[in-house]
Amino acid sequence: MARKEGLIGRKVGMTQVFGDDGSHVPVTVIQAGPCTVTAVRTKATDGYDALQLGFEAKKKNVTKPMQGHFKKLGVGAVGVVRELRLDKKAAESLGNYTVGQNIGVDIFTPGELVDVVGVTKGKGFQGGVKRHNWKGGEATHGSMFHRAPGSIGASSDPSRVWPGHKLPGRMGGDRRTVLNISVVRVLSEQNLVLVRGAVPGANGSLVVVRKSVKTTKVTQKGADRK
Amino acid sequence: MDAIRLVEAGQLKKDRQGFVPGDTVRVHVKVIEGEKERTQVFEGIVIRKRGEGGRASFTVRRISYGVGVERTFPLHSPRIEKIDVVRHGKVRRSKLYYLRSLAGKAARLKEKRAVAVPTSGTAEPE
Repeated sequence: MARKEGLIGRKVGMTQVFGDDGSHVPVTVIQAGPCTVTAVRTKATDGYDALQLGFEAKKKNVTKPMQGHFKKLGVGAVGVVRELRLDKKAAESLGNYTVGQNIGVDIFTPGELVDVVGVTKGKGFQGGVKRHNWKGGEATHGSMFHRAPGSIGASSDPSRVWPGHKLPGRMGGDRRTVLNISVVRVLSEQNLVLVRGAVPGANGSLVVVRKSVKTTKVTQKGADRK
Repeated sequence: MDAIRLVEAGQLKKDRQGFVPGDTVRVHVKVIEGEKERTQVFEGIVIRKRGEGGRASFTVRRISYGVGVERTFPLHSPRIEKIDVVRHGKVRRSKLYYLRSLAGKAARLKEKRAVAVPTSGTAEPE
């Protein structure tokens, strides 16, 4: 399981910037960090390697137990805490991190590939055409089969619907990861990262930007060409 | 949205204002041919301005060898060297799509008289 370090952030929205040759580059602006290291998990002490990060200082409604917890760590209270599991290679750098340390967008460099994890927009209860890309039936010519699910299986044998059968239902609101999108620009003063293309979630939703876990020479080359 | 404005603000060009739909402009575009770069001029009537911030664009229409040609440019594109205003046309709407169905004499616009050059790039309300 390859995992890398990253940052917690909020998706601000999309816009476009001009590339060196004057071309349009679609970008998503992410307000990432600064994140406080709230714990460093190591295989020796915790059984796994991870970096626990806190994001967005919280002043109101911090419960007594959490106040005590943060006080013990010697860090300010934060509203969002996430743990980023690290693979063996990334875990070697764990020694560089200490609790209470701040990490900013400087860990990313333009041109680098990253992954962005977010929760997709909730779509509510949707039919099969939208949810599973079914084709639906004819709209006219006497057709009475428009967007209905159609057959969902055989008859007396098996007399039931197979588990996991695709049907209408709740759509969206799932955790999704986009892999290998390139960092277009890093504005460290404003804690902004501009990544190429779209990322999951609504504007203002929480995302995790982490160094790409599946970068190969080929993917990096493809990103450089863009 | 402030962060987005901030990102776009860095790319805005200040010399890209002072023309509105109806104006005849000369757009100096940098084109790359093989290794060389040269400037090409596209002259015509601005029939539309849209968008805001770094995403704004405008469309120029001209008749080239009897064929109507429209080019849409990003307003703040680094490929545009400069935009000269040749003539201010008198128009009563912000989108001049009606010019597409007109040809020859009918497609002319009257020149605006004794009107100061608009300082901001705002289009006239419909």
